[in-house]
Amino acid sequence: MERYRILPHTADGKFQAYGRTLEEAFANAALALASLMWDWTAVEPEIRHPVLVTGIDREQLLVKFLGEIIYLFETRQFLLGRVEEIRIRPEPGGFCLEAAFAGETLSERRDLFGDVKAVTYHELKIEECDGFTVQVVVDM
Amino acid sequence: MDLRKIDDNTWEIPAEGAMRVPAVVYSSARLLEAIRRDQTLAQARNVACLPGIERSSYVMPDAHQGYGFPIGGVAAFDLDEGIISPGGVGYDINCGVRLLRTGFTETDIEARRKELLAEIFREVPAGVGKGGVTKLSRAGLKDILLRGAEWAVENGYGRKEDLERTEEGGRMRDAAVEDVSERALERGLPQLGTLGAGNHFLEIQKIHEIYDEATARAFGLESPGQVLVMVHCGSRGLGHQVATDFIEMMENAFGVAGLPDRELVNAPFKSAQGQRYYRAMCAAVNYAFANRQMIAHWVREVFARVLGSAGGMDQIYDVCHNVAKVEEHEVRGRSKRLVVHRKGATRSFGAGRPEVPAAYRAVGQPVIIPGSMGTASFLLAGTKEAEALSFGSTAHGAGRVMSRHEALRRFRGEQIRDDLARRGIELKSTSWKGVAEEASEAYKDVDEVVRVSNEAGLGRLVAKVVPIGVMKG
Repeated sequence: MERYRILPHTADGKFQAYGRTLEEAFANAALALASLMWDWTAVEPEIRHPVLVTGIDREQLLVKFLGEIIYLFETRQFLLGRVEEIRIRPEPGGFCLEAAFAGETLSERRDLFGDVKAVTYHELKIEECDGFTVQVVVDM
Repeated sequence: MDLRKIDDNTWEIPAEGAMRVPAVVYSSARLLEAIRRDQTLAQARNVACLPGIERSSYVMPDAHQGYGFPIGGVAAFDLDEGIISPGGVGYDINCGVRLLRTGFTETDIEARRKELLAEIFREVPAGVGKGGVTKLSRAGLKDILLRGAEWAVENGYGRKEDLERTEEGGRMRDAAVEDVSERALERGLPQLGTLGAGNHFLEIQKIHEIYDEATARAFGLESPGQVLVMVHCGSRGLGHQVATDFIEMMENAFGVAGLPDRELVNAPFKSAQGQRYYRAMCAAVNYAFANRQMIAHWVREVFARVLGSAGGMDQIYDVCHNVAKVEEHEVRGRSKRLVVHRKGATRSFGAGRPEVPAAYRAVGQPVIIPGSMGTASFLLAGTKEAEALSFGSTAHGAGRVMSRHEALRRFRGEQIRDDLARRGIELKSTSWKGVAEEASEAYKDVDEVVRVSNEAGLGRLVAKVVPIGVMKG
């Protein structure tokens, strides 16, 4: 199954990610975002960062989840290579997501080729139809 | 959608449905073609629906679709009835442009031009994931958030006179550190004094043509061939995080039902949430002022080292083009304080306004409009008319017309470098991919943007400058 597709957008980065479950679609969205900045397929799972985010709805949950990648990159120079043990569950007032990011610290081994500044709600979509499709626009 | 032509450079969407005011678009028929292809006009209409909006939702000649508000959008709100919106400022808070003059001509520096650019490239950190060289404590960072460029000057970066020639004196006094999240501080710490990537750049330029001699003289411009330096960057990850944090906070406080676009989320200006965002935004504005102040200082140091002097390297001005500010404007014949959002728009105050530095008060503030990589940039002067037309605002640059994806498909960074070299423009970048994405063909024609600005009365053309050395993040 195709993990994600990068779509044309005038000023910024736009992608759709797919999954049989909402979790899988979120995990693939994380890899799609990473693909705008580095080659995640080459990144080794050397270190792990636990991720815990909550959201008032699934859209906010997705924006905050993807925001973790930017935050960890800018403050820990962490390059995401794999999303592990992702679980999404409803909770009072919204949703909660738990996962682990596996990857490595930026080094001369890796090239960077884009700067994602923020995850936006612009044209953000989460659709369920024979699995899940999420669509995200990021500010670059 | 009903878009009525008012004159060659002015179009109006009358208020209809939920719109509280009309939307006014300053554009030529040619620029309008691009504007109509994306969601710019629908976004301008959405802005016109927001509570407390005064006069009109304005669209500048370089507009293109943004998130929530269009890029190149200007909207002002009543302080009591109106709102403030992070989406009306943008993620890169106080993205802006600084322009320095020099006492050198193109001929003076020709032999050392490559060396100058190489040295600047070495001194000014740039590119994705590139940290700064400044070791900064958390207390130091908080000081910067409160005092902006003033902090930088006190710590040896630049001159006191630079502050007078910076919008807001390089410091927004309403900043508060306690409203800036831990995450924003963490992102800001390693990035102070960095140019960043994307469309941010630093250029060595020369004056190509002067249109208005008297105003040019007031700005410190002498004649064609004179060398200038332009710096375009913003508040880096700190500002992006402030925007992200407050979009979430306002969603949680006010919900998202009824918003035509979630990026339009907002808070009443006088609410606790509105005030907290405003104070945090001011702190991010200050970070960006300090950032440009430091970069400009390093550029002067390089000039001094390579050419033996940084003499005559006075700051012309520093403008913010992503910001919300409380300003006085005329509404229904009376002067009124409003919170003016400029997202991808430059303030363009004319002669006499107290906000304009004393040195320029007779001619209007300098308005700096950068072009795309390798194309011309322009210096305009603010006008009195712009106050009535657009709350004293005009365009901020060329504006993209092609996706990064498409630009990457069509152009190669190395090819662009060679083409620029043939035109006598030296290019240094941390990323050839980044260069391809920023190809000038991916942008609107900046000449047309400033022509409309000038004809519509939003900003008066003073000079055209062209690059001779370009540094990209």
